[in-house]
Amino acid sequence: MGANIYKNKKPLWIFLFPAFLFMAVYLYYPFLMNIYNSFQSITGLAHASKGLNSPWYSNYVKLFQDKAMRTAIVNTLIMMVVTIVGQVGVAIILALLVDNIKRGAKFFRTVYFFPIVISATALGLLFNLIFLYNKGMVNQFAELFGATKLIDWKDKSYALFTMMLPVMWQYVGFYFVILITGLNNISEELYEASSIDGASKFQRVRYITLPLLHNVICTCLVLAVTGALKVFDLPWIMFRSGMPNGATWLTGTYMYHQTMITGDIDYASTIAIVIVILGVIVSKIVNTIFKEKDY
Amino acid sequence: MKKKKHISLSTGVIYVILSAWALTTIYPIFWIILNSFKNRNEIVSNSFAIPTGDLFTLSNYKQAFERIGILGAYRNSIVISGIVAVAVVLFAGMASFALVRYHFKLKNVMMTAVLAGMMFPVFATIIPVFAMEASWGIVNTSSLWLSLVSVILPLIAGNLSFAIVILTGYMKGLPIELEEAAFMEGCGPFRIFFQVIVPLTKPSFATVMIFSFLWSYNDLFTQSFFLRTPKQYSITALLNMITAQQGTNYGLMAATVTLIVVPVIIVYIFLQKYIIKGMTAGAVKG
Repeated sequence: MGANIYKNKKPLWIFLFPAFLFMAVYLYYPFLMNIYNSFQSITGLAHASKGLNSPWYSNYVKLFQDKAMRTAIVNTLIMMVVTIVGQVGVAIILALLVDNIKRGAKFFRTVYFFPIVISATALGLLFNLIFLYNKGMVNQFAELFGATKLIDWKDKSYALFTMMLPVMWQYVGFYFVILITGLNNISEELYEASSIDGASKFQRVRYITLPLLHNVICTCLVLAVTGALKVFDLPWIMFRSGMPNGATWLTGTYMYHQTMITGDIDYASTIAIVIVILGVIVSKIVNTIFKEKDY
Repeated sequence: MKKKKHISLSTGVIYVILSAWALTTIYPIFWIILNSFKNRNEIVSNSFAIPTGDLFTLSNYKQAFERIGILGAYRNSIVISGIVAVAVVLFAGMASFALVRYHFKLKNVMMTAVLAGMMFPVFATIIPVFAMEASWGIVNTSSLWLSLVSVILPLIAGNLSFAIVILTGYMKGLPIELEEAAFMEGCGPFRIFFQVIVPLTKPSFATVMIFSFLWSYNDLFTQSFFLRTPKQYSITALLNMITAQQGTNYGLMAATVTLIVVPVIIVYIFLQKYIIKGMTAGAVKG
């Protein structure tokens, strides 16, 4: 019967057409074009190519010689570690704690999640004021506690910390909500059975909760590391163009800078390809280490 | 008796830790709202005080409305995100319906193409998209509407894959009997889609609309590429300009952040259930 309604295949293509037209024109074609561009010489946005680079792979050689690119990759890898430990790790702790309380769970869920709803751009301005050298919230607060010297949070020695802390902080609530949903799916009977068997609270977490959350945690980790590659807004607002002295480059901000400020379009395209390749590699690695399991 | 006391103590510790994190998300917002009513000198010397009496000033807000045109940016952002949200739901809904109900040769290829679309970050498509739109003459123009269109189109494409994944997942679970009944009544596939499928899929449509809207509303990367003149600025592009040009006008920065954050918080408080669901939907399913 169902087959009868949908036997006539003509309407099918009308249904598919708009979505796939959009994806073809705005995703697949530009993606291939971007690979092509990385071998060309293009000196301005929307400028025509001046022909092949000589040698054609010169941008890829440049990647390895470019010190800023090395900083960008190292910082992005650090950012991944921060998102794994700082976002997913903190979220696991908070979720396990919330699972233990009876009142207020909904309140914490609301409050933890809301930084995600606010644009990272606005948060960048907010954190600029918080970490202001002369004198933002943090330095005024330190003064209240008797600190006599102001700390320049955007100085080289603190810059990475100041950039990554807000990024980490913003997304803790996202993983918190995903983990809480996973926790709620664990049957109460398992906990009851284990407490009859005399398991302690810690043993319950170790032998029931964490193994059953395995797949959810795996999803969170993949989202966290691929998310780290896409971070752009907050670092760009707080540390425009890798300041100070190119210490805070990330792959995303460096690509934007090469496009908009340096105008080296073909090199920017090459960096974009590095971002894609890094994304595929790290999500493969996470998936192999934390292979999904069936229970 | 002793045991009970032990439990209540650890519960106390749990509440302290949870509240400490809650404080880190609430206090900064509270702090910036307070400071948006103070002038620059007070912000950098007396930022914890409640702005009353002499401390209180509205001059930051006056600047925000008169000098930087925040209302225009609001309108642009809402137009962009609203159109993106509606278009994504419509196109992704139609495609998902076809992919779930029809059987055809290229079906698996097309599903793979949808999933592949999620692997392309915006970094890897934006430069060719810009070049393409430049050749159509819709970027670098003085026309407000053309430049809004130039942002809307790539944002629609960027949200489609994810939307199709969510919607096909939901539509697979719909019973086909209702469609059969409608077919018996003489409905064609288009009426079936709009009068049977769309009403049944409403909760998922809401999810998709919410995340497309918020992602477009909060996007800086694409918008700062295409919106170049103050008249065309969206909220995020405007904020980017303020940091670059008014980076030391702390009062103005505090007022602008407040004007942007407070409406979002109000909407969030009322729609939080749907917003949280919308923004985490695809993640849980994988």
